[in-house]
Amino acid sequence: MALIKKGAEANLYLEDFSKVLHAAGRGKVIVKHRISKRYRVSELDRRLRESRTALEAKLFADAKLAGVPAPVVYEVDRIGMRIVMEFIDGRLVKQVLNRLRPKARRKLCELIGRQVARLHLGGIIHGDLTTSNMILTREGKVYFVDFGLGEYNPSLEARGVDLHLLKRALQSIHFRITDEAYRAVLAGYKREFGRGAREVIKRVEEIEKRGRYIPKEERAWH
Amino acid sequence: MLCLGIEGTAHTFGVGIVASNGKILANVSKTYVPAKGGIHPRDAAQFHAANARAVLDQALEKAKIGLGDVDLIAFSVGPGLGPCLRTAATAARAIAAWLRVPIIGVNHCVSHVEIGRLTEKAKDPVTLYVSGGNTQVIAFDAGRYRVFGETLDIPVGNCLDVFAREVGIPHPGGPNVERLAREGKRYIHLPYVVKGMDLSFSGLMTEAVRRHRGGADLRDLCHSLQETAFAALVEVTERAVAHTEKREVMLTGGVAANSRLREMLGLMAKERGARFYVPPMELCGDQGAMIAWTGLLMHKHGIRDTLAQTQVRQRFRTDEVDVVWR
Repeated sequence: MALIKKGAEANLYLEDFSKVLHAAGRGKVIVKHRISKRYRVSELDRRLRESRTALEAKLFADAKLAGVPAPVVYEVDRIGMRIVMEFIDGRLVKQVLNRLRPKARRKLCELIGRQVARLHLGGIIHGDLTTSNMILTREGKVYFVDFGLGEYNPSLEARGVDLHLLKRALQSIHFRITDEAYRAVLAGYKREFGRGAREVIKRVEEIEKRGRYIPKEERAWH
Repeated sequence: MLCLGIEGTAHTFGVGIVASNGKILANVSKTYVPAKGGIHPRDAAQFHAANARAVLDQALEKAKIGLGDVDLIAFSVGPGLGPCLRTAATAARAIAAWLRVPIIGVNHCVSHVEIGRLTEKAKDPVTLYVSGGNTQVIAFDAGRYRVFGETLDIPVGNCLDVFAREVGIPHPGGPNVERLAREGKRYIHLPYVVKGMDLSFSGLMTEAVRRHRGGADLRDLCHSLQETAFAALVEVTERAVAHTEKREVMLTGGVAANSRLREMLGLMAKERGARFYVPPMELCGDQGAMIAWTGLLMHKHGIRDTLAQTQVRQRFRTDEVDVVWR
């Protein structure tokens, strides 16, 4: 199997459909294998890998239902901690975003914002909205390809954190165009989400202020 | 050139004296330990004020220099507890004005990374900085120390300390939890929270306390609390390493004293083919040498503060610092 990406928690392999699933199949598939980590105790390791594998497969399917391009899941293997899924041919948004012309960049960011809103309206939180988890295809579709840290959560807080993470990702990789890109994301988000979007965006600002340096007396847990 | 650095962001007041060649001539600190409960900022600040002179004198004696030999004053301008910061800043301003030498305000978190780079010869590490007041994954990128992940609520050291206090484990909480954890055998499932690159420990702490009240074995709980919290820290650090493609990992801050955390982070680094560094423990915790050294770096690269610019910044973020010296 050809290793195409060694991520923090999983390895991605590019494989022939016919080899992995059925001899009659054609084309390529992606096999996502969650690897065991020696640094954590086996009970925790197994729990995290198994639950994330099962949950991610479900999230892929529900993201599609919510109207967000995501790979088709062909097989879920909870023993081998593997998901076999559709291979999406395209380029990482991480690699193209900085190089686009301003207008095209704005359009792309708006589309991303719309898709995040669709997920949120569908009760889904992506959990790791970075531009290296988005693939732009030739037809101009943006696939969200990694739901490894996703969850079902309709709360304002979860939505706020999700958007906050996207902003943070823009700041850390696309720091030269962060403001402009994030504005476009929000514009798309507002349009798609409709009523209530403002509330989410306000929550993002709150979360940012929280950062970490909250006066003790203001901390919720105290 | 000699720089005198004053640290006073939280419960430690420290004075470090460092030469511009990186030699640490003295590094003296005193730490406020409350009789019970957590740190009250006002009490900590009073402790600093009461001990500032003695710590300063000891540092000068240790370095075998007089105050007049100092060429530069650096101090921790933030982030931290307001009253403590103001006390340290006042001491720094007084000395600088008296000696008529330049004064520089230093970001506390950035200085933790810089002292580690000095002593460990790490060039460009992804740093996990964990203490009672901070939990951040820091990596350098395009002129800044960017925060790749941080806690969304309480710092991990605080999680361990508050848990210890709530279940009646005596001070110091962290080391005692570690000791008990070594005797723990059974792993109890506790909430594991990683949100993208960020972390959350308040739910974990609450659930661990709740389990204790429910009769769970304390040693098992300590073991499970550590395993869960540290696995989350290591996971986020690993994600930052994967993301930035850096080849070095550094651990610092007070919680770096925990040998299980060292072991786990070291294993992760090894699996990823990265070098792993932990500065000597006396330079992991809060102290003045890191402030002095960072002040020297800043001064060497033309940064100058006027007295008016030395106002403390309680919420001074790591990524606000323009890192001109790299």
